[in-house]
Amino acid sequence: MPVLPQRSLAECRADFPILQREVRPGVPLVYLDSTATAQKPAAVIDAMDRYYRLSNANVHRGIHTLAEEATALYEAARDRVQAFINAGSRKDVIFTRNASESINLVALTWGRRTIKSGDVIVLTEMEHHSNLVPWQMLAAETGARLEFIRVTDQGELDLEQYAQLLRLEPKLVALTHMSNVLGTINPVTEIARQAHAAGAVVLVDGAQSVPHFAVDVQTLGVDFLAFSGHKMCGPTGIGVLWGRPALLEAMPPLLGGGDMIKRVYLREFKVADRPYKFEAGTPAIAEAVGLGAAVDYLQSVGLDAIAAHEQELIAYALERLEEVPGVKVYGPSAAKKGGVAAFTLDGVHPHDVAQVLDRDGIAVRAGHHCAMPLHDRFELPATTRASFYLYNTPAEVDKLVAGLYKVKQLFG
Amino acid sequence: MDDFYRELILDHYKNPRHKGTLDPHDFSYADENPLCGDQLRIDVRLDEQQRVKEVAFTGRGCAISQASASLLTEKIEGMSLDQIKALTKDDILELLGIELTPVRLKCALLSLKVLKAGAYGLEGAQYADED
Repeated sequence: MPVLPQRSLAECRADFPILQREVRPGVPLVYLDSTATAQKPAAVIDAMDRYYRLSNANVHRGIHTLAEEATALYEAARDRVQAFINAGSRKDVIFTRNASESINLVALTWGRRTIKSGDVIVLTEMEHHSNLVPWQMLAAETGARLEFIRVTDQGELDLEQYAQLLRLEPKLVALTHMSNVLGTINPVTEIARQAHAAGAVVLVDGAQSVPHFAVDVQTLGVDFLAFSGHKMCGPTGIGVLWGRPALLEAMPPLLGGGDMIKRVYLREFKVADRPYKFEAGTPAIAEAVGLGAAVDYLQSVGLDAIAAHEQELIAYALERLEEVPGVKVYGPSAAKKGGVAAFTLDGVHPHDVAQVLDRDGIAVRAGHHCAMPLHDRFELPATTRASFYLYNTPAEVDKLVAGLYKVKQLFG
Repeated sequence: MDDFYRELILDHYKNPRHKGTLDPHDFSYADENPLCGDQLRIDVRLDEQQRVKEVAFTGRGCAISQASASLLTEKIEGMSLDQIKALTKDDILELLGIELTPVRLKCALLSLKVLKAGAYGLEGAQYADED
């Protein structure tokens, strides 16, 4: 794949066709929902289109030209991802459907082999359901015990209480790198260091971190990292699980079928090497190609530049939102969080806030954002969430704030 | 879309009719929409003909869910249990007078769900008594 020329952030908005559309005539789109899914640059859309128009074939084992092209493109995408997260080997980069599937894969293979009745699994109160429910299911199956790192009123993990939980000698510590509601960026390196000292394996949900700042699995010091393609400008239907080689090597395959075997006999099979033993059946080839293009795109802009841009936007957004009477934003200060602002507006349900903002083309999310226990923690039925990515601008923050004043006027 | 928060809905949201609880009551039911956090309880008192004599609701949630409850309590005064059980989604939409997306439909229909569950529950309790 070609290395794209450097793109400046000011230019990059033009790279996203959807951002040129109007939601209704005369009402441009103000997309503040990238935490749910990011928009796609033309480079990604074109790469998938080109794949289907020119190179579509099934991957692996094909002799013909198209099969070789498709295989090369699919495997090149793996190389892009390997470089993106600085994985030691391409064999440790497994393509899945999304971060949820990546986490479930670990729960259903490593988890089922390792976790026994009475074992402790440490999670946090700020997890997305995708890093909560798979462990609840595993606990129900094995008799394991779930413990939770508490979230403070400021929206950060209570690390003193975490130290106490480690005395229970947990087998696993699974946590999000960045909260999809509070925006909190957790000190994963330190948490992993302590977990390892206590003998635990560490899984990190990188769905919100990998798209937004540089994540290097070698310096992060964790054992598993899960993330989704669609939140990082790639397509839906493709995600990644990275794992330490020794752990992946010991894990049995989850699904059986084509591509995950070395040799099949009538009554038995020999499993393929990693990563293929976890990739049964025809994979999401075009989606992998799209993810590879997304990695190229993000690198052409630069993850550090993206992170700095989002840091400016969230600082500005928090400042502007706090000006609005009745608005309360949840989570830590801008310096400790990514580009996510979940808030409430006194007297108005988040659904109504979102519906009124939609009139002005402003797309925000309203609800529990797949983090019901976190909302219970703050005794909130729901919040409105605005989230930012590389293509958002301070002018869009201004539109959000102006929209909130309209909401207040309507419901005042 | 511009009709979404039409005067009628905002008026019922800001000035709900029949807000409160009834004690004693002939039936009471509460439920929630966990996905959006809308909560609703409806209490009903019946007269000798088993028609709605008094109704009250409490709850919290979005304008659509709460206005729908307020409008429904107005509509059912004097209704028989059979008439309540015959109420449908279309009756609620007619009361609100707006088009709703599937997500918002759940908000609008919470009031109907709670009311009908109460009405059927009352009947269930009577059957149980007869046993």
